Amino acid sequence: MITLPKPKPDVLARRDAVHEGLRAIMQDRGVITDPARLKPYETDGLSAYRQMPLAVVLPETTEQVAAVLRFCHQNGVRVVPRGAGTSLAGGALPLEDAVVIGMMRMNRIVEVNYRDRYAVVQAGVTNLGITKAVEADGFFYAPDPSSQLACMIGGNIGMNSGGAHCLKYGVTANNVLGIKLVTIEGEILELGGTHLDTAGYDWLGIVIGSEGQLGIATEITVRILRAPEGTRAMLAAFDGNEVAGACVDAIISSGIIPVALEFMDRPAIHACEAFAHAGYPLDAEAMLIIEVEGSVAEQDWLLGQIKEICARFNPISLKVSQSAEESAAIWKGRKGAFGAVGRISPDYLCMDGTIPTSTLPLVLRRIGEMSAQYGLQVANIFHAGDGNLHPLIMFDANDPTSMHKAEAFGADVLRLCVEVGGCLTGEHGVGVEKRDLMSVQFTEIELEAQRRVKSAFDPEWLLNTAKVFPLQAGTASAGPDALPHAA
Amino acid sequence: MIAPEDEAGFTAAIDAAVADRAPLAIEGLGSKTGFLREMQTAETLSTRNHAGISLYAPQELIISARTGTTLAALEAKLAEGGQHLIAEPPHYAFLDGADQTIGGVVAANLSGPRRVAWGAMRDHLMGMRAVTGRGEVVRSGGRVLKNVTGLDLCKLFAGSYGTLGVMTEVTLKVLPKPQATGTVVLYGLTPEVASRALAVALGSPFSVSGAAFLPQEAAMAVGYERAITIARIEDFADSVTYRVGQLGALWAKFGTVETLETAQSVALWRAVRDAEPLPIQPGDAVWRVSVQPSRGAAVLDAGHAAGLFGYLDWGGGLAFLTGPATLAAHEVVVGAARRAKGDWWLLRAPPELRRSIDAVPREAPALAAIRQRVVASFDPAGILNPGRLFAA
Repeated sequence: MITLPKPKPDVLARRDAVHEGLRAIMQDRGVITDPARLKPYETDGLSAYRQMPLAVVLPETTEQVAAVLRFCHQNGVRVVPRGAGTSLAGGALPLEDAVVIGMMRMNRIVEVNYRDRYAVVQAGVTNLGITKAVEADGFFYAPDPSSQLACMIGGNIGMNSGGAHCLKYGVTANNVLGIKLVTIEGEILELGGTHLDTAGYDWLGIVIGSEGQLGIATEITVRILRAPEGTRAMLAAFDGNEVAGACVDAIISSGIIPVALEFMDRPAIHACEAFAHAGYPLDAEAMLIIEVEGSVAEQDWLLGQIKEICARFNPISLKVSQSAEESAAIWKGRKGAFGAVGRISPDYLCMDGTIPTSTLPLVLRRIGEMSAQYGLQVANIFHAGDGNLHPLIMFDANDPTSMHKAEAFGADVLRLCVEVGGCLTGEHGVGVEKRDLMSVQFTEIELEAQRRVKSAFDPEWLLNTAKVFPLQAGTASAGPDALPHAA
Repeated sequence: MIAPEDEAGFTAAIDAAVADRAPLAIEGLGSKTGFLREMQTAETLSTRNHAGISLYAPQELIISARTGTTLAALEAKLAEGGQHLIAEPPHYAFLDGADQTIGGVVAANLSGPRRVAWGAMRDHLMGMRAVTGRGEVVRSGGRVLKNVTGLDLCKLFAGSYGTLGVMTEVTLKVLPKPQATGTVVLYGLTPEVASRALAVALGSPFSVSGAAFLPQEAAMAVGYERAITIARIEDFADSVTYRVGQLGALWAKFGTVETLETAQSVALWRAVRDAEPLPIQPGDAVWRVSVQPSRGAAVLDAGHAAGLFGYLDWGGGLAFLTGPATLAAHEVVVGAARRAKGDWWLLRAPPELRRSIDAVPREAPALAAIRQRVVASFDPAGILNPGRLFAA
């Protein structure tokens, strides 16, 4: 189970004064203190953990965010930034003595510039909302995490979100030009801009993926891209994970980089087919969804090449979609995977390790052994192009033993990912979920180097406390008092 | 010069420098010694003897190398696997010496024409090892393409010009080399019209991987008689033929369109990548300006009006300028970049100029304070390339 830091007694004692101060800044709009209305904010996508915050503030401007942060800083109050609350790692989990700053009211698209191919959006705009705003003109915003309907660009900044298409288009860090970042001291920093390279240090790079540890992003300038002429998917099914993995290697080695290359194992295929009726082959052990883009002739040629490669690996079936509708059907099962697993199990943990692609067969075999050992089912979905593995571990949250086992199983999977040369998290972030596993991947010296960067932005460790970095051994605190070496 | 052959050698050298309070110049082959601000250092610490490819997994699109590996050696290894560095790092004609190290290329975050479509060196740095100014070995990232485990120190080190630590190993994402390259050319446009044409190309669905404008003097330096506006397609041969045709049709409204085949295209884009179109005289300065693409033409015009020469890459978003290494010329470039709300670098200049002025724009005070704390956290004694990027 995950330990949260002891609330600061002096902050809890000043609860009313903090509420009053926040109301004064916000002119009585968007400050939530009533327990019934705080309830929706007590958890995020990692719903096994719940904690009511001290208050929730819903700012509408960057200046309000700055004023609230300045106030919290002056009063030693911890802050938890929140977008849509879809974090699967507990990144937005409140603390009892913390003010949650919810960005959902900052949901305006500030500017779209097609000639220079960027859009300026507020942090509370949803990921899909950006593409929706520009798609009529033929453009899109590339990173497409599964939660894109709900998740917000501010949260994508926090987690450096990816999606199914990052093999070609990269992750959030590769698609952001500028960030307006408010520091804990209430300073508004303009990082980057509307141009490609920024002089000096790469502040955008360190802020993206920092899980709210360094500041709160209020306005983001993203690159928008012209959509390709078309895209089309195909499906290839195999009778073993090894052979499917070898096929992925062969495709990449051929010089073709598909825009998406998704792998599903047998349990995932079955769950998704039962849910979406996408026509997935139920006798397969492993299945690939491969997508290419370009003109119709280019798609035909690329899919023809890929089909020839797949044919060398004794596929059980190969299905090349003939239309946009058929492609959508192929994707429907994959995109509904989380919901599909949700139908066959009351609860599931969605893990998010990354592994070198060549280790996939080994990793799946070991996960299979763990599944038998823990007595819990698991379905594996894998972004084969970029090595991001999502095992969905099924359990029953009403049964504490089952939940405990699932967490232990998940931790074992992540240790395995690090062991084979991968990492703890590809796109969900560390949050509270994987915080205590950080020492599996990093030495104490490496963690300390990261903590010092955090301290340079947030010397008192008020921002998203007790996330990302392991609490110091033997204490339930986090922050500079537990960090004798912090700069 | 200290040039260790292993990581322990770097740790020992840095420990000794800290003990002696003796600042170190950090370099690979020293090809960029004339870049940015002039430093006062006691000793040089070079990665040149710490070379070699440590991992190459073509099917995983990953290569790892010790940072003293030359760019040429790394590219040769990738060519064996039919792959290349995605950001197309430049080998500027005005570098000192014949080659540079991969560590230096990453530390300077230098990218070529493909950056406009496929990202910068910093985008493809998947992992690194470095010895910090505390003499400590720090790893960040790894060998996988997707990783959000902890703070991404790779990004902070890429472009840090050796001021945070000495990178000892880098892991880069790579991609297959395209089968063919094609270029669409327009002749004789003004910078403003050219930048519109480039925006049309980059805003098309044809995956343009290079978009540049060379005014007449720059074009003449690479064998063309008039100004050229060029867009590149790299892909499988049939795709290149198709897309070059489509792009040509889109550009017909700007004038007569010509196309270049693979060999000619590759040579031209290599010249653009390496700043060969710049008519640099001995003792001249070179500036690099990154702006919103539609504002590049104004930067070029401002330089031109003051007697500087240059050209535009990245669809207009990157201006190279060269001219006399004077304070007046520097002020012209800085003023133009500032008006365009962009960033600038005094890339190369004689030491006299680099000693007295900023080489990159100053940060706002709040950010400068954070930067000083971050740099001090890696290099508390201030011994690694002190003053290379910022005076204080």
